[in-house]
Amino acid sequence: MALPQPKIDATEARLATLSMPETGWSVPARKAALARLRAMGLPGARDEYWKFTRPHSLNAPEPAPAAVFDADEGPFFGNVDRLKIVFVDGVFDPEASDALELEGVEFARLSDGADIHWAQDLYGKLEEAGQSPVERPLAALNTAFASDGLLMRVTGKVEKPISLVYYHRSETSDATLHHVVKVEEGADVTILENGPAAARFNKVMEVDVADRGGFHHVRAQGRDHERQAATHIFARLGTESTFKTFTLTANGVMTRNECVVELTGDDAVAHVAGACMGDGDFHHDDTVFITHDAVNCESRQVFKKVLRNGATGVFQGKILVKPGAQQTDGYQISQSLLLDGDSQFLAKPELEIYADDVACSHGSTSGAIDEEGLFYLRARGLPRGAAEDLLTIAFIAEAVQEIEDERLQDEIVARVEGWLARRRG
Amino acid sequence: MLEIKNLQVKLEEEDKQILKGVDLTVEAGKVHAIMGPNGSGKSTLSYVLSGKDGYEVTGGEATLDGKDLLEMDPEERAAAGLFLAFQYPVEIPGVGNMTFLRTAVNSQRKARGEEEMSSTEFLKLVREKAKSLQIDAEMLKRPVNVGFSGGEKKRNEILQMAMLEPKMCILDETDSGLDVDAMRLVADGVNALRSEGRGFLVITHYQRLLDHIKPDVVHIMSNGRIIKTGGPELALEVENEGYAHLIEEQA
Repeated sequence: MALPQPKIDATEARLATLSMPETGWSVPARKAALARLRAMGLPGARDEYWKFTRPHSLNAPEPAPAAVFDADEGPFFGNVDRLKIVFVDGVFDPEASDALELEGVEFARLSDGADIHWAQDLYGKLEEAGQSPVERPLAALNTAFASDGLLMRVTGKVEKPISLVYYHRSETSDATLHHVVKVEEGADVTILENGPAAARFNKVMEVDVADRGGFHHVRAQGRDHERQAATHIFARLGTESTFKTFTLTANGVMTRNECVVELTGDDAVAHVAGACMGDGDFHHDDTVFITHDAVNCESRQVFKKVLRNGATGVFQGKILVKPGAQQTDGYQISQSLLLDGDSQFLAKPELEIYADDVACSHGSTSGAIDEEGLFYLRARGLPRGAAEDLLTIAFIAEAVQEIEDERLQDEIVARVEGWLARRRG
Repeated sequence: MLEIKNLQVKLEEEDKQILKGVDLTVEAGKVHAIMGPNGSGKSTLSYVLSGKDGYEVTGGEATLDGKDLLEMDPEERAAAGLFLAFQYPVEIPGVGNMTFLRTAVNSQRKARGEEEMSSTEFLKLVREKAKSLQIDAEMLKRPVNVGFSGGEKKRNEILQMAMLEPKMCILDETDSGLDVDAMRLVADGVNALRSEGRGFLVITHYQRLLDHIKPDVVHIMSNGRIIKTGGPELALEVENEGYAHLIEEQA
């Protein structure tokens, strides 16, 4: 079916500002991605999965300028022993980064151009697989034009988390990064990400977890208010493997986080969770698609959104159970805490099940602060504001508890406490 | 200590009068019990005194040490020394019991212009008090009341009371949902707090709690009023003969 002309025009206008490398192993994958993108066009407001989130700012040829935000807090995950890797406006900063050496991990950079065979087999492949049945044009754009990214092959149980830190220093930066993580059989890694990255950030992470492998991901996007971000995680899970990702988003005028997971091996586990804190001009969209294509797998989606002063939260979450994916255990919950009458939460939970022996449940709620809880805390002497903050922490707890490492849970909660405290003045 | 004069209360949302003129004075050092059938207004009295939303005071007054309770926010009443042990303690996921206790203790201290309790001092105190209520470290670490049994929730209420050291304690059906052993543990916790400077108002449906927490004065409440006041023997009378004859007597 031919694309409507405005869509073609918008896509070509964006493409006119971009260029891809002419040589190197990634070129065929990039060209294929560009062809995919041209065939589907950039997202439009009439597309089924863009009804709640206006794509124009993510599509525009140039990013809207975003003032640089100087954080007044200590470094995120600063209390955790980690391997730090820094990108400034999407450009790798070797001075600020630790040496790319860690037992159990082979590192390379996408921009190195060195022939990385394992990455060649993966780069753009999971993204391509994730384009069906729902198109994700911004991810194809990313594969075609990513300027850099980390290629990480995990061969053992890695002790230290790998911490990717993104800085936004230019008001007009437009960063496109594409990371690839290959977790080999029985290997295990934790990846941390934080920081705003750029005025506009397009990021893809492809994660291939082999049998009995483990991938843990904790991400904090935030406090830089004017930045825009569209991120995708594409994951493929082998037998008895584990994949867990959690994202905290505090502030940001535009965030679209997509997570596409395919459980292809029996007994695999995928947990996708997130909490967001929105105040005022804030739009946050979690779009999740989990495909069960093996027996006895478990998936959980746990999303909590705290919204005030006209903030908007979106959740589009799907569980697809393919024929034969028996004993699937699928769970999905998306909830919003609306701290006033001006904010809104738009949720679209979807289940599509083609197997008869499965347990899938989903729920979505919107509510205010629990009055019973509030009275209980005030009756113990907590002032109203402190009581509301404590109940807000309680509200996001189910999502935060999806993080396995308690130190990381504590870091996330501490940031949320800071966010709440700043609003109490 | 606690003085209630001709207190009249209706539901905010409905035109329904719950308390129709309650008079009650609890002196420091004394334990008063309020007994009465379901729907007599016992729990409403406890909620109105502690400041819960949803009620409208249409007449009368309630003071604690001469200070007007009804004008204060719930947290101000708590800081002034009023404590309500809830009939249904609320579960608060994601907030550790310890964190909650410490926040409560220090909020009250701050409101009274006192210095906050240091973490070492707090830890020492909480361990000591928890031990006598058979609350272990695990229970202190868990989120507030989440997954607690009925008995654990009530013991947790008493622990909060012990930590906050209020002047005036109101226990709302603290015996509900407790087996005999749990009730003894809770009663021991309450008895340990009895002192000259502290008043208690024990609201209960049954006499059995009063076997363990011996009251000085017993009031019978019916249809929004206190219809009879007497000594501990009044509780026994209720136990043996029920409320019906007392209510008839009144009518």
